[in-house]
Amino acid sequence: MIWVNTVIEGVLVGSFYALFACGLSLMFGVMKIINLAHGDMAVVAGYTAIFLVPKFHLAPVWSFVVVVPIFALFGYVLQRTLLQKAIDRDPFTTLLVTFGLSVIIENLLLEIYTANGQSIDIGVLISKSWQVSSTLTISYFSLVVMAVAVAVLLSLQLFLSRTGTGRQIRAVSDDREAAQLCGTNYRHIFGIASAIAFATVALAGIAYGISTEFFPSSGGANLLFAFEAVVIGGIGSLWGTLLGGVLLGVSQQLGAHFSPAYQVLGGNILFLAVLAVRPQGLFGKRTEM
Amino acid sequence: MSEQVGGEYPRTPLLEVAELTVHHGQLCAVDQVSLSVRAGEVLAVIGANGAGKSTLLRTIAGLHRPTAGSISFEGDNISKLATHRRVRRGISLVPEGRRLFVSLTVEENIKVGAQSAGPGPFNLKAMYELFPWMPERRHQKVGQLSGGEQQAVAIARALVANPKVLLIDEVSLGLAPIVIERIYEFIPRIVDQGVGVLLVEQDVTQALAVATRVHCLLEGKTSLVGVPTELTPAAIEAAYFGSDVAHGAAEGPTS
Ligand SMILES: Nc1ncnc2c1ncn2[C@@H]1O[C@H](COP(=O)(O)OP(=O)(O)OP(=O)(O)O)[C@@H](O)[C@H]1O
Ligand SMILES: [Mg+2]
Repeated sequence: MIWVNTVIEGVLVGSFYALFACGLSLMFGVMKIINLAHGDMAVVAGYTAIFLVPKFHLAPVWSFVVVVPIFALFGYVLQRTLLQKAIDRDPFTTLLVTFGLSVIIENLLLEIYTANGQSIDIGVLISKSWQVSSTLTISYFSLVVMAVAVAVLLSLQLFLSRTGTGRQIRAVSDDREAAQLCGTNYRHIFGIASAIAFATVALAGIAYGISTEFFPSSGGANLLFAFEAVVIGGIGSLWGTLLGGVLLGVSQQLGAHFSPAYQVLGGNILFLAVLAVRPQGLFGKRTEM
Repeated sequence: MSEQVGGEYPRTPLLEVAELTVHHGQLCAVDQVSLSVRAGEVLAVIGANGAGKSTLLRTIAGLHRPTAGSISFEGDNISKLATHRRVRRGISLVPEGRRLFVSLTVEENIKVGAQSAGPGPFNLKAMYELFPWMPERRHQKVGQLSGGEQQAVAIARALVANPKVLLIDEVSLGLAPIVIERIYEFIPRIVDQGVGVLLVEQDVTQALAVATRVHCLLEGKTSLVGVPTELTPAAIEAAYFGSDVAHGAAEGPTS
């Protein structure tokens, strides 16, 4: 029974990782950007929920209604300005720019909100849970996060495969120049992909802020997990990212089962094993690496 | 009203390139080239490897910035227009090497081309009539198609934008002669709809057969302009390889 619990907990944590990672995966797939500020964006979303949302007289549970659209807009604008300028130069510049953003954000948060931990207080809702058996209770909130993660990935998949804009996003990620020759404004498409990525990372940031305490520096550690989930699943594949997140969550829980100190180690072992055996990731195509 | 040629299409050129010069870094790939394309005609640009044919076409499409000269379309200077805006104005390029979207199906590839289409006769349905094998394979990824079929998809993808001028870069590259012939059968049908075609081709015989006028490039410069029926093979050979190449040299233009 104890194993079942471990796996279930792993799946729950893992689907959060997938939610957190899908924006990273999308931005890499479409723009070939590795956004090193991705984790910090989630943290900023958390701070936005705590400090901006009360001004709208909204209950904290509903903060995503305000934060997600703001982040989508922010993602579009950041892409069309700073990130596009960097892409126009070269990939290394782009990496440096996102790294710079990450450093600036962390320090600004530290300056404005101090190093104290924060969390988004949704009151009694967080403590409601489902007693499955004598040894297993699942919090409703983690189930909600899992449902949100699956819904987000599913809608994103449908959007990419069924809509005209989704088709253009795939075309641009295949061949940017050929897409231009088809009349596609690839910069606008980049903006849209970025808007989606930022919207999803805002959701992840809020979910994180509700479930645990976070700090200005929380972005870095979470970025590592998101990055691992993406690589395990295969870069550019959304289902891969979901599977990658879940496998990462499960191996972390298995690690933690032996000793709490082994939690991160468990995930890292899986990550290294995948890199060694199947470097393109479980769902990745060899040619993409 | 503009003057008419053969009573059908306006005589004023759709596309006019004047004194166009394009550099790749230090290298001058296109050197003061002037040409024009009218509705319903085929201008064939021929030349050896590295003559600057692709650079010329890509510059007209907006993928390279010219160093000097101008590109006008329907009387407007479009030299500074972004590539996707030129497509919406009516200039489409079938690029060298096809450049299909490999993770998309046949139909999806064509739909991307149709997404910013202007008004005109070419749509997905028209393409399925033009290429009868397409409908039943429309859900296949393009990687599963043969070279000739991929080329057909590349042409269809450009055509569904309903261009007024279609730029085609070496459709015959890497294809068997019989397949090339079949691809070339479509050119007159496109031209019949009033589209102006600017065609780049290394296979001179093929180009001469389909062209209204021929424009030969040699190391980026115009070396010959004329009507196919009025040009002698010797003149073409000299323009293709440069006049300092002796007659009876090891190879002649592909024929
Ligand atoms: N992107 C580029 N960067 C640098 N040099 C280039 C680039 N593209 C082409 N060139 C150079 O410019 C010259 C003209 O090339 P271009 O591709 O236009 O010739 P082409 O006539 O199309 O040749 P081919 O018949 O081989 O396709 C060549 O010397 C080529 O090496
Ligand atoms: Mg070429």
